[in-house]
Amino acid sequence: MDLQDLRLLAPEIVFILFALILLLLDLMVKRKEVIALTGLVGVGISAYINYRLVKMGWLGGVLQDVFLFDGYSNFFKLIFYINLVLTILISLRYMKIEQTSYGEYYCLLFFATSGMMIMASAGDLIVLYLGLELMALSTYVLAGIIRRQRRSAEAAMKYFFLGAFSSAFLLYGIAIVYGLTGTTHLKGIASGLHELGLLNNPITLLGLVFFIIAFGFKIALVPFHMWAPDVYEGAPTSVTAFMSVGPKAAGFAVIGRVFFDAFAELDIQWSAILVPLAILTMATGSILALSQRNIKRMLAYSSIAHAGYAILGIITGTAEGLVSTMNYLMIYTFMNIGAFSVVILLRREDLLGEDLEDYAGLSKEHPVAAALMLIFMFSLTGIPPTAGFIAKFYVFMEAIYSGYVPLVIVAVLFSVVSAFFYLRVVMYMYMKEPGERVELSMSGGMGIALTITTIMVILLGIYPSLLLEFVRASVLG
Amino acid sequence: MVPLSWYILLSTVVFGIGVIGFIIRRNLIMIFLSIELMLNSVNISLAAFSHYLQSMTGQILVFFVITVAAAEAAIGLAIIIALYRHKPSITAEEVNLLKG
Amino acid sequence: MFLCIKSVGMPGEYVPIDYIPVIIVLFVATLIGLLPLVMGVILRPRRPYPLKLSPYESGIEPVGEPRYRFSVRFYVIAMLFVVFDVEVVFLYPWAVAFDKLGLFGFIEMMIFIFMLLVGYIYAWEKGALEWD
Repeated sequence: MDLQDLRLLAPEIVFILFALILLLLDLMVKRKEVIALTGLVGVGISAYINYRLVKMGWLGGVLQDVFLFDGYSNFFKLIFYINLVLTILISLRYMKIEQTSYGEYYCLLFFATSGMMIMASAGDLIVLYLGLELMALSTYVLAGIIRRQRRSAEAAMKYFFLGAFSSAFLLYGIAIVYGLTGTTHLKGIASGLHELGLLNNPITLLGLVFFIIAFGFKIALVPFHMWAPDVYEGAPTSVTAFMSVGPKAAGFAVIGRVFFDAFAELDIQWSAILVPLAILTMATGSILALSQRNIKRMLAYSSIAHAGYAILGIITGTAEGLVSTMNYLMIYTFMNIGAFSVVILLRREDLLGEDLEDYAGLSKEHPVAAALMLIFMFSLTGIPPTAGFIAKFYVFMEAIYSGYVPLVIVAVLFSVVSAFFYLRVVMYMYMKEPGERVELSMSGGMGIALTITTIMVILLGIYPSLLLEFVRASVLG
Repeated sequence: MVPLSWYILLSTVVFGIGVIGFIIRRNLIMIFLSIELMLNSVNISLAAFSHYLQSMTGQILVFFVITVAAAEAAIGLAIIIALYRHKPSITAEEVNLLKG
Repeated sequence: MFLCIKSVGMPGEYVPIDYIPVIIVLFVATLIGLLPLVMGVILRPRRPYPLKLSPYESGIEPVGEPRYRFSVRFYVIAMLFVVFDVEVVFLYPWAVAFDKLGLFGFIEMMIFIFMLLVGYIYAWEKGALEWD
């Protein structure tokens, strides 16, 4: 055991240490802002250590490569850091409005994020499973954290049962692959499958299908999406923002890792399985969103559809395709959290602010909030010059390069369909007469979060190479 | 020694019972127990593979699965109790506030 | 005695002879459970009449629900018990391999126990261990 290796684990160790500190801090401090601020300091320290390690070029595997500290995992960790910081910023005021200012909230966000970081770094299926469970168990509780609301408890219950069901499938997949190759190490699985001549074995395919089921649940691919609309609607909006980005990105991280490392030689098989799932996902997400009146539910279906677009890059099976998916996820992080932030802005003590009618005439009373929502809706639709366009554009281009032209045509068609429900929000804001007067629940943290997301959505739309070069460098070295 | 295939058959059957139970049962506690059944069926096959392959990895994973299952049990029961406080019934049909 | 029986099957043919003691114990255990019940049915006199068959032969009429609610405290304590109890699973392999793991293993386990301790302190301070 090489102790030197442990320094590459420092970002995660700091993270978990801060999670414990937050837990104890909750017992001592009354003001929740202190806990949130300590949390932000923790993210800063962890991210700085991560940055220093990368700068010093200390990339590599830890403990016989069961934990990988490479560009790929670091890119995903950056998404998780951004996700966590933005979530903390938008939660402070919102949690008070919901009368749910618990210190545990921040602690659980930390544990969930450290689970995601472990998932992104996993080089072994055991580590992957543990990271996934750490993330999942924390998010189940987060979804139900508003205990006095029945819908929050229901969301937690649905999320819990379907999540536990899917992780049982993941375990069975791990058991099958372990039984076949005798190892849970991703690189070992790849060489084992090759050397033992198991590539055309139907049991291997069964294991692969089980992995797709399990990961499909996490990223809400149709037909494993049933939980998403209910959970997204019932969970507190800040948690919805958190888990529509974090666990989804973490799911993509493990899909990329497992399929590109362990099942690299089976790329034709998993592409063939994922193509119909991607089409179904885009179709279901876009079409069912059309009939939604509740904006959280609509954004839930939209996030299902976005998983369908993002998976196109994985389907190509090339490193460039993976780059385009990662690019997509980073942009999706900003625009989705931005959209949910505006939803939170409309929440008051006496108004849920989730119905489409609540947005009527928003531009007349609060032109800035309406303009921000406009930007995020344009970006989610994929209209230039916003970042959402760039995200979709690169994913579609990579799919075309790999010869999936019909698939891209379908994707573009559903993008057009999605314009109907995104722009309906814009229509309500700008063309309807305002109903009752709406006060916004603005706060300092929310202001910072909205500024960051808006700037990034516009900046990445105008200078796409800024992000794309960074992704390319982190994946291709 | 019991051949490996028997263990795999047992594990598959138990896993199948778990899946079917998850789908057809209406009592939340029974659904929860079905999930536990699925997890433990995986433990059977992991332990069997581990012995058959003479590698410790499978047994290590079994340890982790047991602890994760315990954590899951604690959280699952807590969520069921939280729900029960809103409506004193634990059948799946009555969990119906969120629809669409 | 049973352990002395050797496997008698053909080579390659599997006979689960080692499990015979288990089967015998199972059989005996079932028998011991059933025997008193069967004996009771055979030996006891059977003269039923309505008053005797009614569930409350003597005493007052039942009042209220027979099943009363458990305090929610039981669930909380049970949940805490399950979590902390199962963590001990990791202590066993560590204890067995303590000599080989040495100081490094000791420090690692102390970190693990420290994390449990934080959880314990949290549960304590939040009053999860108080009975009322």
